[in-house]
Amino acid sequence: MQAVRDFSHYVRDAGSGLSHIDLAVEGVSCAGCMSKIERGLSAIPDVTLARVNLTDRRVALEWRQGAVDPARFIDRLAELGYKAHPFETESAEAAEAERSRFLLRCLGVAAFATMNVMMLSIPVWSGNIGDMMSEQRDFFHWLSALIALPAAAYAGQPFFRSAYQALRTRNVNMDVPISVGVMLALGMSLIETIHHAEHAYFDAAIMLLTFLLVGRYLDQNMRRRTRAVAGNLAALKAETATKFVGAGEIAEVPVAAIHTGDIVLLRPGERCAVDGTVIEGRSEIDQSLITGETVHVTAAQGTAVYAGSLNISGTLRVRVSAASDGTLLADITRLLDNALQARSRYVRLADRASRLYAPVVHAAALLTMIGWVLMGANWHDAVVTAIAVLIITCPCALGLAIPTVQTVASGAMFRAGVLLNSGDAIERLAEVDRIIFDKTGTLTLPELDVVNSAAIPPEMFELAGRLALASHHPVAAAVARASNARSPLAGVVEEPGQGVRAFIEGEEIRLGRPSFCGADRLANEILIRDPEVSAVAFSRDGVRYVFAVRQLLRPDAPAMMAALQARGIAVEIVSGDREPAVRAAAQSLGIGEWRAGVTPADKIARIDELKQQGFKVMMVGDGLNDAPALAAAHVSMSPISAAHLSQATADLVFLGKPLAPVVAAIDFSRKALYLMRQNLWLAVGYNFLAVPIAIAGFVTPLIAAVAMSGSSLLVMLNALRARGVAQRRS
Amino acid sequence: MEVLVILVPLALGLGLVGLLGFLWSLKSGQYDDLDGAAWRAIADDEPVTEHPSDRPA
Repeated sequence: MQAVRDFSHYVRDAGSGLSHIDLAVEGVSCAGCMSKIERGLSAIPDVTLARVNLTDRRVALEWRQGAVDPARFIDRLAELGYKAHPFETESAEAAEAERSRFLLRCLGVAAFATMNVMMLSIPVWSGNIGDMMSEQRDFFHWLSALIALPAAAYAGQPFFRSAYQALRTRNVNMDVPISVGVMLALGMSLIETIHHAEHAYFDAAIMLLTFLLVGRYLDQNMRRRTRAVAGNLAALKAETATKFVGAGEIAEVPVAAIHTGDIVLLRPGERCAVDGTVIEGRSEIDQSLITGETVHVTAAQGTAVYAGSLNISGTLRVRVSAASDGTLLADITRLLDNALQARSRYVRLADRASRLYAPVVHAAALLTMIGWVLMGANWHDAVVTAIAVLIITCPCALGLAIPTVQTVASGAMFRAGVLLNSGDAIERLAEVDRIIFDKTGTLTLPELDVVNSAAIPPEMFELAGRLALASHHPVAAAVARASNARSPLAGVVEEPGQGVRAFIEGEEIRLGRPSFCGADRLANEILIRDPEVSAVAFSRDGVRYVFAVRQLLRPDAPAMMAALQARGIAVEIVSGDREPAVRAAAQSLGIGEWRAGVTPADKIARIDELKQQGFKVMMVGDGLNDAPALAAAHVSMSPISAAHLSQATADLVFLGKPLAPVVAAIDFSRKALYLMRQNLWLAVGYNFLAVPIAIAGFVTPLIAAVAMSGSSLLVMLNALRARGVAQRRS
Repeated sequence: MEVLVILVPLALGLGLVGLLGFLWSLKSGQYDDLDGAAWRAIADDEPVTEHPSDRPA
């Protein structure tokens, strides 16, 4: 049975007789790819739009309705050398993008207003020294008010709203002192202008908003970008299932289009994308992504299978028990919910800083006012001076101190192969002093490898590899990969549950179970030496070889474990796999602490135990059984090959085969946290210099403007240092 | 100083034109792909219609 690919779920109507689809494309990285893809796709007749978005690594396509089958775009991209998958914008991502655009609009309005108010302010400043008439000054002040007041009302929305929400729940965040400062400054300036006074602070207030919006926009942009990456990851996992649409008719549909009660077909070598119950067929399934257990489980009628299971030998028909969201084992979901609630209590560095900062600043302003009144000044002068203190201490640089560092650091981590899933992950990662690794798929590679390739003659290896290309069995796939075979053999016959055979130059060749090839004795020798391997035999006309296939450790795992320990981080393994396998891995990596056969609940218990001892624990894992532990840990990381839920739960995701990104991420985040703290101190220190001037009543709008832009520039330049990390090798 | 009557509204008007231009560019999606835009500026040629003469005038 050949399945039809059905993309109708992703195609939407773009109006005026056009259809639209978004594809997430792997490997688009340069300008060359961009024009190659656009040209290649535009060449298809009836395509009206083919545009690559290099930032999000997606292609938007439009074509005349019904003229082209969307599957053709995927094939065309495959011919060009790119893997593409249809992509559905999540509502969360759309919301982030909308907020990003809103902030940019606010920034545009505030920046326009700042430039124009400054244009009016500079003549006033120089006129105050020289000989400006007071009528002219009043005229310029009124013009400034005309620009600044509506602009601040519009561009200040993000801060006013957030401050209002914080105050309503009896909290204080950074936006409270900002909003109070801006409103008082504008209000006072307006009253001063009405009374023909010398100083008005419209310029300072609107400039403050501009700088803060830059910080806000950077922060939001980073969040939007991580969200887009996460969306692409979901699409690139290509979660499709083969669904029965008629009695003997099947179609390949996205998981989102599968409903409870549907029947799906699961062929050998396919990963199950849904939860359900087997209704027909017999097979072995690999549930290591769910339980961490590497031994295969027998599945027959009535067996429950979960999303993420790999079907090994036979074909199964599965009745879907629930659709794609929230379908997992009940206790994993429950554990996960509890753990996620606990984590949301983490208070970000910026909020901690503002909780300390806001009361101090407001108290200082109040004391200034009282002090001036006691010294015999009139109320007007006292209030004006107090507001000047608020303006000069307004956390302009504080608002930039953290987002700028985060933006630079997340860019550097992205280049090192680490994707951020949550905005505050950097600061949490920097504090880590203990890492718990899962074994299967995390310390080991997610795919199997041939370990005894040196013992097999190259020409036999190549032949076995070409034969293996015909089989979907994961062990056969490992042989095919290891041999680098490209061209499959013709006329290959698959014996279900046994292996594959074919004829070449009149001789029969076979690849499969040792018994299928008559190589039991050879296989036993290998199995006695290493009970962890799977043996697959190859025979050609009486000559027999046995491949030993197993999960290998990631190539740089030992070096990285040493590098982590050199950084003062303790490492341990907590795995759901059996004891011998875990012990062997721990020994070869030189890790003293390890636990085997651990359930998801026990993983959380171990993390809590370490937390109580005062450790900041990072969990690195890929399985579904790791998901609750990933959420419970102080910070968490998953490889790109992880189960869907684990990846969504983890704070960071790393790409590729090596473990080096884990260490790089720690280095970058430590440097970033150091710079964030330094930036906060720089900003606070700057204010400390300016505050005495303000309390003494010497602050003019000119001094306020210089102080504000000076400190903002300083923290922005300092943030650029987050790009480089001193290379430290152990 | 009477020149201010012309200069100030002129300056404000130009600023307003700049702001409207920015809002228009934002709305038309020019900030959606900043990485791509950087490369498009130096790309050799944009994919064009195969037969320019077919285009409606």
